[in-house]
Amino acid sequence: MSLDYLLDAANWSLTSPDGFPQRILEHLGYTVLALAIAAVIAFPIGLLIGHTGRGALVAINLGNAGRALPTLGVLMLALGLVGIGLVPVTIALVVLAIPPILATTYAGIRSVADETVDAARGVGMTEAQIAWRVEVPIALPIMIGGLRNASLQVVSTATIAAYVGLGGLGRYLFDGLATLQYDQVVAGAIVIAMLAVAVDLALAGAQRLLVSPGVDGRGARDRPTTVRPEPQPEPAG
Amino acid sequence: MIEFEGVTKRYPDGTVAVDDLSLTVDTGQITVLVGPSGCGKTTALRMINRMIEPSSGRILIDGDDVTSRPEAQLRREIGYVIQGAGLFPHRTVLDNVATVPILQGSSRREARTSALDLLERVGLAADLGERYPAQLSGGQQQRVGVARALAADPPVLLMDEPFSAVDPVVRDDLQQELLRLQGELGKTIVLVTHDIDEAIRLGDKVAVFAQRARLAQFAPPADLLAAPADDFVASLVGRDRGFRGLGFADGSSVALTPIDHGVDGLTLEVDHDGRPLGWRGSDGLLPTEGTFSDGANLRTVTDLVILSPAGAAIRVDAEGRADGLVLLADLAGSVRSQQRERLAALASAEEAG
Amino acid sequence: MSEIWRYLETNGDDVLTALVQHIWLALLPVAIAFVLALPLGALVHRYVPARHIALTAGSVIYTVPSLALLLLLPGILGTSVLDPINVVIALTLYSLALLVRTTADGLDAVDTTVLQAATAMGYRPVRRWFTVQLPLAMPVILTGLRVATVANVSMVSIAALIGIGGLGQLFTRGFQLGFYLPPIIIGLVLSVALAVIADVLIVALQRGLTPWARAGAR
Repeated sequence: MSLDYLLDAANWSLTSPDGFPQRILEHLGYTVLALAIAAVIAFPIGLLIGHTGRGALVAINLGNAGRALPTLGVLMLALGLVGIGLVPVTIALVVLAIPPILATTYAGIRSVADETVDAARGVGMTEAQIAWRVEVPIALPIMIGGLRNASLQVVSTATIAAYVGLGGLGRYLFDGLATLQYDQVVAGAIVIAMLAVAVDLALAGAQRLLVSPGVDGRGARDRPTTVRPEPQPEPAG
Repeated sequence: MIEFEGVTKRYPDGTVAVDDLSLTVDTGQITVLVGPSGCGKTTALRMINRMIEPSSGRILIDGDDVTSRPEAQLRREIGYVIQGAGLFPHRTVLDNVATVPILQGSSRREARTSALDLLERVGLAADLGERYPAQLSGGQQQRVGVARALAADPPVLLMDEPFSAVDPVVRDDLQQELLRLQGELGKTIVLVTHDIDEAIRLGDKVAVFAQRARLAQFAPPADLLAAPADDFVASLVGRDRGFRGLGFADGSSVALTPIDHGVDGLTLEVDHDGRPLGWRGSDGLLPTEGTFSDGANLRTVTDLVILSPAGAAIRVDAEGRADGLVLLADLAGSVRSQQRERLAALASAEEAG
Repeated sequence: MSEIWRYLETNGDDVLTALVQHIWLALLPVAIAFVLALPLGALVHRYVPARHIALTAGSVIYTVPSLALLLLLPGILGTSVLDPINVVIALTLYSLALLVRTTADGLDAVDTTVLQAATAMGYRPVRRWFTVQLPLAMPVILTGLRVATVANVSMVSIAALIGIGGLGQLFTRGFQLGFYLPPIIIGLVLSVALAVIADVLIVALQRGLTPWARAGAR
C-alpha cells in the first residue's frame, strides 16, 4: 500500500479542480444536501407517529423496506427517470438516509417515559408544547444518534456520485481503478474515512451542545456515583 | 367544591371503569379516594382535569362544568401530582417548578424566583434548584413534584398515588409534610391511594371505592374504622380497626389518678423536679416506657398503658413533670363510652339522613 | 411491464445466476459473522477492556466506505480485485462489527437475578451460558441479525461497480445500456424481495426459538 498520492502536496492544492480540498467540499456538499432533505422529510413524520402512536406499523415497515433498497439500484432508476445530474444522486442518498432518521426519531419519542408525558399534559401543556418542549429535548440524544448513523452511511455512499460523472471523493476510487493507480484508491479511501469521522465528531459536538445535561447523564457527574445516583438523605421534615 | 354528577366512563372495548359516580368533594379539605387496583379511582381523579373525558355525566368545580374551558387552560389551574413525580428530566429542578407559571405567561426570571420560595416550602434546600431530577432521591423528586403542582397557586390539587414509589420511612415524612402544608395552604385536595392507612392518615374524608367506582362508603376516617358500611369496607380497612380507631379519640377524656397512687406493688419515682424516673418495686427500678402530654390521642395512651410495667400511662405537663396516671380500668371505661357515643351518633345521623 | 418480461425471457439465465450469486455473497458473510459473534460477544460482555476494543474497532470499520474497503482488501490480502472473496470478507467485517455489539447488548440485558437463581440451583457456568443466558439474550441478538442481513443484501450490489457479480450487475448493465430500466427494476425488486424473505425467515426463527417473548407481550 502506497501513500504517495495521499502525501503528494500537489494534490492538496486549494485551487486545483481535482485536488483533495475541492473534492472534499463536493463530497461534503452532496452529504449535507441529502441529510438536510432526509431530515426535513423524516423528522416531522417520526415526531408525528412517535407522539400519536398512530401509523407506526406502516412507517416502520416502509423504513425497513427503505433499508433493503440497494442505493446503486435507486441511483440508476433515478438516472433513468430524471436524467444525469445532481438530482438523481441526491434522491438515492436521501432514500438511504431517511430510514435511520425516521426510525430513531420515532424510537426516541416513544422512549420518553409515559409518566413524563402524563405530567406534561397534567400541568396544562398543549400537544404541540408536549412534543416540542418535552418529548424532543428528551429524545434528542437518540435522534442525533440516528442522524450520525445516517451521515456515516451517506458519506460512505456518496462515492457513487463519481460513478455517474459527478465529483466528490469517489473520483479517486473510480479513476484509480480505471488507471490501475492503486495509491490513488488508497488515498481516496483514507480521506473518505477521515471525512466520515470528522462529520461524526461534528455531530457529536452538536449533541453535547444541544442535549440537556439532565438527559444524557452529564448532570449526574458531580455526584460520586455514575448513572443512577444514590438517594441523598432527606432533609429533616 | 368539586361535584361528580352521575359520571360514567365506558371504554370503546366495553369496559366500564366508572359507573354512575356521584360525589361531592368539600373545599379546603383532603378527600381521599381509596380502593383496590382497577376500581376506577384513578379514572375518577383524572376526569377532574380532563386527562380522561367522561362518557356521560358532569363534573363541576365551584359550579362550573370542567368542559366549559379548554383542557390545557383548565389543567394549568389545577395542580397535578403523580406517582414517581413525572419530573421533566431535561430541566433543572427550578425550571420544573417554574413550568406552569411560564405556561401562563410569567417571565422566566419571575417564575424561577417564586419557584425558589416553593422549594423551601416543601422542605428542600435552595441549592438543589440547579440540579437535574436524576440527581435527586425519590423522596426529593416527589417533593419537587408537589412544588411544581403548587407553583401557580391552584385552589385544587389532584394527587395520584403520590407517595407509592418511595420507601416507608420517606413516605411517612412526605405524608407528615403534606399535612403541614395543607395546614398552611388549605387547598382542595383529591388524593388517590390503594393504601388504606395512608387514606386514614391523610383524609378529612375518605371515599372507599369498590369495582367500577361504586362508592362503598364516604365518611371521615374515624367513622370508617368505627362502623364500616359493609364487609367490603371492613375487609379493606383490615385488622385492628378498633385499636386504630382510637387514634381519632381524645386521650384527655380519660380520668386521671394522682401520681403517688401505687399500682400492684409498684410506685412511680420522680426526680427533684418531678420528672418521672421509673417504677420502683421489689425488682428495683423498672423503666417507664414513655409518657404522654396534653393533646395525645387515645391510641397513644392505650399503647403506653400496655407497655408500662405498672399498667399505667404517665401524663406529663409542658415541663415534663409527671402530673397524673391513666389506669387500665379507667382507660377501658373511656374507650367503651367513646365507642358507644360514636355509634349512637352515626345511627342517629343515618336516621336523620 | 412488457419490456421487463421480454428482458427476462432473453436474459433469464443471467438474472438467475446473478440472484444466486447475490444470495451467496450476502448471506455467507452473515452466517460467518453470526458464528464468530457469539464467542466474541460473550467476551465483550464479560471483559470491559474487550468492550472498548470491540466498540472502537466496530466504529472504525463503519467509517470505511464499502466501495473503498472492496478496493483496499486486495492490496492487503494479495487477492485479485475481481475475487468474490473480497466481498465476503468485507461484508463479514461489517456484519461482525454489528453482531458482536448486539450479542454483548443482548447478554447485558439478561436479568442478573435469573442468572443468580440458575447458579444457586447448581448450574455450572458452561451449561448456564447455553441453557439460560444465551436463550434469554436471543431476542436482542436476532434483532441484530435482521439488521445485518437486510444491510448485507442491499450492500452487495455495490460490488458490481468493480465488476463482481450479484444483482448489482443488473444495475450496471442498465447503466451501460443508457439507463435501460428493465434490468434496473428487476434488480431492485429481486433485491428487496430477497431482503424481505430473509427478514421474514429470521422473524419466524425468532418466534420458534423464543416462544416466551410473545407470551409476555400481552
